[in-house]
This record gives sequence, C-alpha cells and structure tokens, in this order.
Amino acid sequence: MKKSVLLGTFAAAALVSGMASAATLDDVKARGELICGSNTGLTGFGAPDANGEYQGFDAALCKALAAAIFGDASKVKFVPTTGETRFTALASGEVDLLVRNSTWTYSRDNDLKFDFVAVNYYDGQGFMVKKDLGVSSAKELDGATVCIQTGTTTELNLADFFKANNITYTPVTVADDSEAQRQYVAGACDAYTTDASGLAASRATLADAENHIILPEIISKEPLGPVVRHGDNQWGDIVRWVYFSLVIAEEKGITKANIEEVASTSTDPEVRRLLGLEGEMGAMMGLDNNWAKNAIAANGNYGEIFEANIGTATPIGLARGLNALWTQGGLQYAPPVR
Amino acid sequence: MSDTDSQTVFVRHQMLDPQLAPVTERGAVKWMRENLFSGTFNTILTLLGIGAVYYLVSASLPWLLNGVWNANSLSECRQIIADNGGTTGACWALIKARWHQFLFGFYPQDSYWRPVLAFGLLFVALAPVLYWNDRKGAIMVAVSGVLTVLAMIGLSSPGTVDLFTIVLMAALFALAWVMPKKLVLVTLVYPFVAFFLLWGGPIAGPISVLLGLAAAAWLVMALQPRIGSILATILAVVAVALLFLGPYPLTSLLSSALQTVTGWGLPAVNSDQFGGFLLAFVIGITSISFSLPIGVILALGRQSDMFLVKTLSVGFIEFIRGVPLITLLFTASLLLQYFLPPQTNFDLILRVIILATLFSAAYLAEVIRGGLAALPRGQYEASDALGLNYWQAQRLIIMPQALKISIPGIVSTFIGLFKDTTLVSFVGLLDPLRGVTTIVRADINWKGIYWEPYIFVGVIFFVICFGMSRYSMYLERKLKTDHR
Repeated sequence: MKKSVLLGTFAAAALVSGMASAATLDDVKARGELICGSNTGLTGFGAPDANGEYQGFDAALCKALAAAIFGDASKVKFVPTTGETRFTALASGEVDLLVRNSTWTYSRDNDLKFDFVAVNYYDGQGFMVKKDLGVSSAKELDGATVCIQTGTTTELNLADFFKANNITYTPVTVADDSEAQRQYVAGACDAYTTDASGLAASRATLADAENHIILPEIISKEPLGPVVRHGDNQWGDIVRWVYFSLVIAEEKGITKANIEEVASTSTDPEVRRLLGLEGEMGAMMGLDNNWAKNAIAANGNYGEIFEANIGTATPIGLARGLNALWTQGGLQYAPPVR
Repeated sequence: MSDTDSQTVFVRHQMLDPQLAPVTERGAVKWMRENLFSGTFNTILTLLGIGAVYYLVSASLPWLLNGVWNANSLSECRQIIADNGGTTGACWALIKARWHQFLFGFYPQDSYWRPVLAFGLLFVALAPVLYWNDRKGAIMVAVSGVLTVLAMIGLSSPGTVDLFTIVLMAALFALAWVMPKKLVLVTLVYPFVAFFLLWGGPIAGPISVLLGLAAAAWLVMALQPRIGSILATILAVVAVALLFLGPYPLTSLLSSALQTVTGWGLPAVNSDQFGGFLLAFVIGITSISFSLPIGVILALGRQSDMFLVKTLSVGFIEFIRGVPLITLLFTASLLLQYFLPPQTNFDLILRVIILATLFSAAYLAEVIRGGLAALPRGQYEASDALGLNYWQAQRLIIMPQALKISIPGIVSTFIGLFKDTTLVSFVGLLDPLRGVTTIVRADINWKGIYWEPYIFVGVIFFVICFGMSRYSMYLERKLKTDHR
C-alpha cells in the first residue's frame, strides 16, 4: 500500500506538472516506433527468445498495436520493466503503454491515474500441491506451509482466503517464481500459490508433473490487461480497439492465414468495416483504414495468439476457460464495429 | 692406571649414519599432528571439517558428474540423465544454448566482434597503467591480442575483421615492446575507441569529441606557465564547454564537416541491447576509471583548509555513503525522468554509470583519506621545506605514498563496485546474474532450472575479482620500498 501511495504521488506529480505528453499517438508516430513496457521475463506471456526477440501472449498485443499504427509489426521496442519500475516508467512517459500482466485494481486505476483499457487475460490465484498430500480442495490446507512471493497482491489474497475460511497456514516467502519452484520441489512447502497461468507453466516444467495437481479453487480475480496513462483518451481508444479487433477477428473466423481471402470475398458488413473496406473507421482514431487488418495479419486473431503462446498445444497448456469468447462460455466480448 | 683400563670401554670411532626422524616427527604424519590433530579440540574440528567436506562433495559430485551439455530443453536433459542411470544432474545445455545472452545480452549477433575487440583493446590500454615501463606490459598485450583473435575466430566474425585485428594487435605489441611508455597514448584514446566500437554510429562523433578534449588539454598546457594551473584549467573547461554547449556549436559543425569527409561508421547499437557481462563491464570499468580521480579530488577536498571546498566534499561523501546504492539506482531510473523535459531520451545506462561512479567515488575518497592520514606529518613538512607548491607536493610526495598505502582498500572498492553492477537488474537492465537468468528461465524449455546459470555467472565473477585481487597483491609487493 505504501508503495502504491508513493508511486501514486509520483504519477500525480507527473500529471500535474503536465509532463505526461497529451498526444501519445503523435509522439509514437514522430518517433517511428512504439515503446511497449514489457515483463523482464514471464513464461508464455513476454520474454526474449534466444535471438533477443520478444515473444509471448502480451508481446503479440504490442506487435499488433505497432502493426495497426505503422503497418509494420516490427516497429516496436520492448522495454523490460520490473514490478517496482513499471508504473513509474508509464507515468513518466518512458513507455507508451504497459502490457505486462498488471492486475486491474481500483487503486491502480484511480490512485495511480492509469487506465486499464481492456482485459486480455482473466487470471486468478490458485494452489499447486503434491498429489500424495491427499488434498483435493484449498479449504483442506489447514496448517499447511505455503510458498508465496513477497510484495505481491497474491500475498494479500492468500491471507484473506485463509482468514475467511478460518484456517491457518505458515508462509514460506520467496523472491521469485524460480525460487518458489525450487523450494516447492525440495519440500520446503506443501503448496505453492501464484496466478493460475504461472502455476500451469511451473507444473509443466516439473520433472514429475503427474504427481502434482492444481487445486480447483481460484481465490482471487486477476484481470490482466494493457495499461495507459490517464488523460489521453484517443491513445487509450486505439489500444482498446486494436485489442477488440483481435477478439472480433476470432469471432468472425478471420485468421492470419485467411485474412486476404476474407477481405476480398466477405460480404459481412461488420467484417468489411473492420478490415477497412467500408467507411472511414480508422480515420476516426487517427489511423489508416486498414489498421485492424494489419493488426490481425501481424500475429493472427486473439485465439491464434492464445493457442500459439500459452494454449493447450504448448507445454504450458492453458485451457481457454474464462478467456474463451462469450459465444463459447467465456468472458471475451468485444463491442461492435459500427 | 685406573681400573677403567682393565674394563672394555666403548669408544666410537666412526660416526653413525644419520637416521630418519621418528615416524611421528616427519612427513605427512608430522604435518597432520601439527596442523590437524594438535589437541582434542582441534581434532574434533578436523573431523567435523572432513565430515562437512564429505557431505558437500557427496551431495554435489553426482550432480556435477551427470551434467548434460547437449540437449534442447530441461526435459530432454532429464531424459538423458535418466537414460544414463542418474537421478540428479546438471543441465549445462542451458549455458550452451544461451551463453551469448549471458555474455552480450541482446547485442546484434553479427557484431559480437565489436565488444570482443573492445575488450581485447581494454587490456592493451591497461598494460601501460598496470605495468608502467615494463616488458610485462608487452606480454600482456601479446596475450590479450592472441586471445582476442582466437575469440573472434571462435565467434566466426568476418575474415576482414580478423585480419584487421591481427594486424592491429601485432602493431600494438611491437609498440609495447619497443616503446612501452608510448603505449599510454593508446590508453588515452581507448575510451573513444571503445565507445565507437560498442555503440557504433558515424566515426565523426567520437573523433570530434577527442579533438575537443585535445584542444582543451593543449589550452591548459599553453596557458599554464602564464596564468597558473588552476586558472588555465578553468579557462580550458569554459572554452570547451562553450565549444560543446554554447551558442556556437563548433563541435557539431566540426562533426558534420568530418561526416561529409568520412561517411564511414559502424551500425549503431542501442543501449537497451546491451546486457549480460557486456553491461557489467561497461558499467564497472567506466565507473572504476572515473571514480578514482574523483575520489582523489574528494579526499583532498575533505582535507582542505578552505571552508567551502571542505564542506562540499564532506557533504557529498557523507550523503552518498549514507544512501544505499539501490536508492541511487532508483533515482537514476525513476526520479531523474521527472526532472528532465518530457520525451527526453537520456540513456538509462548512462544514468546508472553516473550514479555508480559517484557512489564508488565517495567510498574511494574515504579510502584515500585513510592513506593520507597514515602519512607522517614530516612528509608534508618536508615537501613544504623543499619549496614545492600544493599540487607539486601532492603529485610528487604525498599522493604516491598515500595511494600506495590505500591499494588494498582501493581494489576492494573496485571489486565491490564490479559486483554491485548486478544490482542494475532492479531498474530493468539485463545484468548477467538476475536479468539474463530471468529471461532465460522464462523460456518454457528452460523453466525450472535453478543452479546452473548462477554457477556459470558466479565462476566468471570469481575469476575477474580474483584476478583484480591478485594484481593488487603484486602491486603492493612491487611498490614495497620500506624494510619493515
């Protein structure tokens, strides 16, 4: 809390003094590249590969945004930010937006003066335990030792959950995910708790994954999404609608492979508006009319990005769950392009 | 005669052959009795020590012996180890797959020869500093040259670059062998060469800065006899500052003129592509070389009789020493952004270097002050008696002795600073220990690996720091002139 107040003060100071530039789009265009605040390294979501190219679920959104603005998905620079530096980097204008697994919370939205323009991944905190512990529900974890990363919202969620269920636990605090995994494997704790996506990735890399289970309870809501500064609504709209265009593309069955074909044959008026074949939709945001076409062509639609980076075909193997389209029982829902 | 005559008296007429000392008083047994089992308490300690060593070795040896070098992922490593009948094993394949990121970060792969050449030339530049007027410097140049060329061939750099490096290093070796003192010119030019090699861009930039500084140095030399050294320095600094920042940006004119003459340059590399040990070296070496002179000046300032100079020095030293390095790094990364105009692209590495330099300068100042305090009062009085002025006395009498006394402390500070460069991971830079390790582990193929990257990075840090420490001991022995 103290940290967020401090950061909030900085952020507010930056806004009051008018340092955060108003027209981010103009700055980005003048600079010729998008600066995207990314994670220093999170499996499946955003991490440089062996060639130093950022890959992942979050990184793909930045690339799609660059494609929408410049028509070239490579015109994006990723600036790695840590949990401590991310919000200041955004507030001070060092990055144009953050796409790095930041949870949308009340205080970040209001106190820190940011806008969470969309939720590209609905996450939640879960538990992983060894099978031979004989536990099938998180509520049976009374008296357990739990590995937990310090200084995160997960620590507070954990305390809330155990208090609400009137059971006790002993925390084993660790600095980061790799240390947590090591402690858990070494038997220093009975359960490891973090975001469910992280748990899945950790479980996938254990030597004996079949001996570990992720408990069904999800004890918190962690809506993760792109963040922009308060006060530049045009820029926020661009980021939001680039994201929505990817979701609509999945809904309409537009993929990276068939986008040219769809563009030439489709008679669906909404698809035609989305792909810039009808109307002046892009101009309303200050972009080219084929902004969405470029964004989709960069990495494919939302579903393709999901499957390529974190989906069931990858070692991480996350199911769509809450992140399925609304038509398939999920929460991913985009307003119409009209 | 006495009755002893009648008895047979044994008189030895020849010497006995020397015999071996008793078995408990020689060889390994004696050494063990004296060093390991000289009493009950020491015996217990020895046994405990042997137990501890046995425990550590038995725990880690199978892991090390089962190490796998050829695999594409952690699960493959585990499979190979299991196939070989092992239960635990190191997965060094990670290092094999990602060593270049540990060393160079995201530096463009086809330009790896540039940091390598800069690193090789670093030792050439250091040779005259470390071994002044000594053929050992030439040997150092030769070793560094051979290793550089080998590293370049190993990194499969372009053939013309290899050839250029061979010729350059041979020429430098010849210079070092024939005229060791002249090699110091290489040292003076080195910062510009290294900057150009690492960051690239048009060559005109570094050349024009070099020319500017040369002009300033010349100005100081020319003015010094007439108006004194302090005034000359101030005048030169003002003149050069005008040259750089004033209304007549002569430098930029000069550089654009140079640019039209020599359009040649290297592809520019952004600071954010630096990472791993390249970053640690850039920050460490720059800060080390700049902090020593600043530290000397601060130490002298703290001893000064002039109120303002003394107060400023004390204030600076105590402030910097009173604040943790991480705070300064956060200041560099976060706070400075608020003071600068929006959209200013003031390089983060440069900001970090500046604060790391100030940090170690404050510590060095205190180390050197210790050396100054250790000098007998008579040395100061003797230099006064010789009629030397303040700077002459410092340069000829005081500093050589004070610095000699401070060598262990200075080198400790340097080693500490070099290791502190890993703290930059807190501001999102890719230090080898945490930054690169994090991104490597974020790869699903290598997630779950723990010790291997730490061991790899730790070994390299150890070699470098141990090297610095051994050199400082050599220097102490070499400079030892007393007969204590």
